[in-house]
Amino acid sequence: MSTIYDRGAPGRRAVALPPLTKTEQEILGAIPAGLRRREGPRLPEVSQPDLVRHYTALSRKNYGVDTGFYPLGSCTMKHNPKLHEDLARHPGFADLHPLLPVEECQGALALLWEMGECLKGIAGMPGITLQPAAGAHGELTGMLLLKRWLEDRGELGVRTKILLPDSAHGTNPASAAMAGFSVVSLPSDQRGMVDVEALKRALGPDVAGIMLTVPNTLGIFEEDILTVTELVHDAGGLCYFDGANLNAYLGRARPGDMGADVFHINLHKTFSTPHGGGGPGAGPVTVSASLLPYLPVPDIVREGARFKLVWDRPKSIGRVHPYYGNVLVIVRALAYILTLGDEGLREASAGAVLAANYLKAKLKGAYRLPYDRLAKHEFVLSGEGVGEGVRTFDIAKRLMDYGFHPPTIYFPLIVREALMIEPTETEPKEVLDAFAEAMLRIAAEAREHPELLREAPHATPVRRLDEARAVREPRLRLDLGCVG
Amino acid sequence: MNPYLPHTAEDVRAMLDAIGLPDVEALFNDIPRAVRERYRPVGLPARDELAVQRHVIGLAEHSAGRRLIPFLGGGLYDHYIPPVVGHVLSRSEFSTAYTPYQAELSQGTLTWMFEFQTMICELAGMEVANASMYDGATALAEAVLMAHRTVGGKVVLAPRSLLPHLREVVATYAWGAGLALHEVPYGEDGRLALGQIPAGTCALIVQQPNGFGILEDLTGLKDCLDKAFLIAYVNPIPLAVIEPPGSFGADVIVGEGQPLGNPLSFGGPLLGFFATRMAHLRRMPGRVSGQTQDVEGRLGYVMTFQTREQHIRREGATSNICTNSALCALAATVYLAALGPNGLRRVALLCYERAHALAERITSLPGYCLAFEGLFFHEFVVRCPDPEGAVAKLRRAGIAVLPPDVLAPMGVRDGFLVAVTEKRTEGELDRFAAALEGR
Repeated sequence: MSTIYDRGAPGRRAVALPPLTKTEQEILGAIPAGLRRREGPRLPEVSQPDLVRHYTALSRKNYGVDTGFYPLGSCTMKHNPKLHEDLARHPGFADLHPLLPVEECQGALALLWEMGECLKGIAGMPGITLQPAAGAHGELTGMLLLKRWLEDRGELGVRTKILLPDSAHGTNPASAAMAGFSVVSLPSDQRGMVDVEALKRALGPDVAGIMLTVPNTLGIFEEDILTVTELVHDAGGLCYFDGANLNAYLGRARPGDMGADVFHINLHKTFSTPHGGGGPGAGPVTVSASLLPYLPVPDIVREGARFKLVWDRPKSIGRVHPYYGNVLVIVRALAYILTLGDEGLREASAGAVLAANYLKAKLKGAYRLPYDRLAKHEFVLSGEGVGEGVRTFDIAKRLMDYGFHPPTIYFPLIVREALMIEPTETEPKEVLDAFAEAMLRIAAEAREHPELLREAPHATPVRRLDEARAVREPRLRLDLGCVG
Repeated sequence: MNPYLPHTAEDVRAMLDAIGLPDVEALFNDIPRAVRERYRPVGLPARDELAVQRHVIGLAEHSAGRRLIPFLGGGLYDHYIPPVVGHVLSRSEFSTAYTPYQAELSQGTLTWMFEFQTMICELAGMEVANASMYDGATALAEAVLMAHRTVGGKVVLAPRSLLPHLREVVATYAWGAGLALHEVPYGEDGRLALGQIPAGTCALIVQQPNGFGILEDLTGLKDCLDKAFLIAYVNPIPLAVIEPPGSFGADVIVGEGQPLGNPLSFGGPLLGFFATRMAHLRRMPGRVSGQTQDVEGRLGYVMTFQTREQHIRREGATSNICTNSALCALAATVYLAALGPNGLRRVALLCYERAHALAERITSLPGYCLAFEGLFFHEFVVRCPDPEGAVAKLRRAGIAVLPPDVLAPMGVRDGFLVAVTEKRTEGELDRFAAALEGR
């Protein structure tokens, strides 16, 4: 794959910029020699057509929701409505500086406040911060809130452990560790749910809390959720809810009603904002009454028709974001919530869960289904035993030849050769049928022509890539000849 | 009601039959009844696209600040964004993709990530860069955590001239990791005045240019630090003409990439960048794209060194970061490619030239002077007897500068901060000076 550095020629440019008043030498002459850059950065020199063609060519070697079905488990790759893109580009948001005095940015503050109210209502919880820039950032914020709560109660250094079901999200352990907690893994039971007896044994005076993913990464709703949260509370801990899977129960249940003390929401999953090839997202965090005093500052507060920033929160953990959060992501997500309303949100979860259970029903004959229960928005198959010498990795690569993005693979860790499938509600039945058909054909191929899978993909811009070589001979930037 | 739902009544019936359930509500029987009964709606009606558009645009237009001429900085800057950047970003094969876990379907993303890493290394004078962090502030905080992991020690030296909102984010992360921030004072020239290095120091932070807009002299700083990290937080625009901190032995260079082709966005999303030495690669947070080959020997790219990351290493990971600021990093990549070395230098020099021209005009007015004598780049602190009054005069002339209280945590109570970019015209500079003069 050629890079932009392979195009162009010295002296080419893609933009016409204003002239200087003085000469470059005159201006640079004012900068002391020790500070002045000796050798300039080596950047591409391309014309505008060079530039546009290069990135258009790259875009054609990518696959997005706008390209096709993207059943990536726990990522909720639903359609990204186009109205929202236009709204987020409005100069009233995009060109607004965050350090303007509050009276100059009332519209933007009003929007943030409105979003806060909507999300508090959806979560059924009384407090919120919009600052976290992504789900994992929300998790860290939540863990820091727990830490401050413990500090305030004189229990810091006493309650040092976070319990983590083995079906929880991948970022959770790292987030707990960043806040200084140690992590204790909790096994799932045969139903794929938190093992309540194991939980009872793990609870004690050294436990700060639990991080729950509801429904969990098997796509199974924790049917004992009220027991679980009650046990944790009774033992003096708090309950963190990972909201990456909120699309499963939107408009039907609220974490606040299940005993959640902290809940993060991935706006780039449940609330339809595009994932951008890996970001930006947004991970607002809602909290129960017990954690209100510790929320990040500033707080956005409405007073009559005015909005103001409140800094006077002496017990706050401080800022987790330099400003107010990923505002342009919030603009898109608010537009989504306002379009759907309560009823539309409820329909979204119905459509998502219907699609997941439909695909599960179609595929469970051909692939092992380790936990055969009612699924929520996603379900987990295993590629184990599907064909001689065939692994889930091969199934994923073969799906590309059929024009589909593969599901999440090898997660959750508790299912060997896992395939985690999340279709979302925005895919029509004919797409689900075509995907199921491809999966069934691949299962047949795995038995009859396993090499077709082992050598896949065949129809992509590049074929199977050598990941070991990338580590053995690290090339993490272009070699532009001898440096400096 | 939900306009994005494609299922017809017949589809729903057929799907339920395949599942073997009587109705949609039966799909939710596993949620405890008590939980379902407690559910209360938010009270939101469904709205059509036109109504949503009217409402949201109404809010956008309600912020008076958007009509002011911005001389605003403090970490984010109003630079010209060539339209070609937005046009590339609107290719939805980029914007609607997920993280490039499946490399064969993500060569577009992985290739530009590799380009981005190359360009950031070039700007920073470093050996390796990741594919982005949330923003400059959290990138700085993560650099501090990395320093602590690498060299031990729980003391972090942070200049008093560090922008307050950067300091506050670093302080939150540092508290989470059990580290202590110590303040390093500045001298009369506004530059860092480093004294004794306390025992247990794991990092010294320098901001280039600093929170007052003044260029720091990094010569010899690393020599004072022994094993401790020199972490430089940089503005990428001045780096076109200023020697990068990599040449002064910096261990990590981070910064806010918003000035590179990204709008102000009321503070988010932003773009953190993170560059370091190859020796520290395995301790670096965040995703990295690496070059390799496919089975036919064709060049391609994959996400690599993933054993550092949270989904593999779990609680032992270098960071919990997963989703980052990919699309903002693509904007920066296209911006840097569009400008090239000459264009970027031009932008930097235009900023410098115009900022200095404005400073000259302001300081020629009676009662106005620069707060510090150190050389500034494109942002400076104006000292005057009544900063609130001066800012109000500017406001009446349709000009926005940061509220003076932004400077208070950095110890300045008699001034205000002014930033000038290549977008500000001669006429706007005149208007600024005239407003202060009361003309």
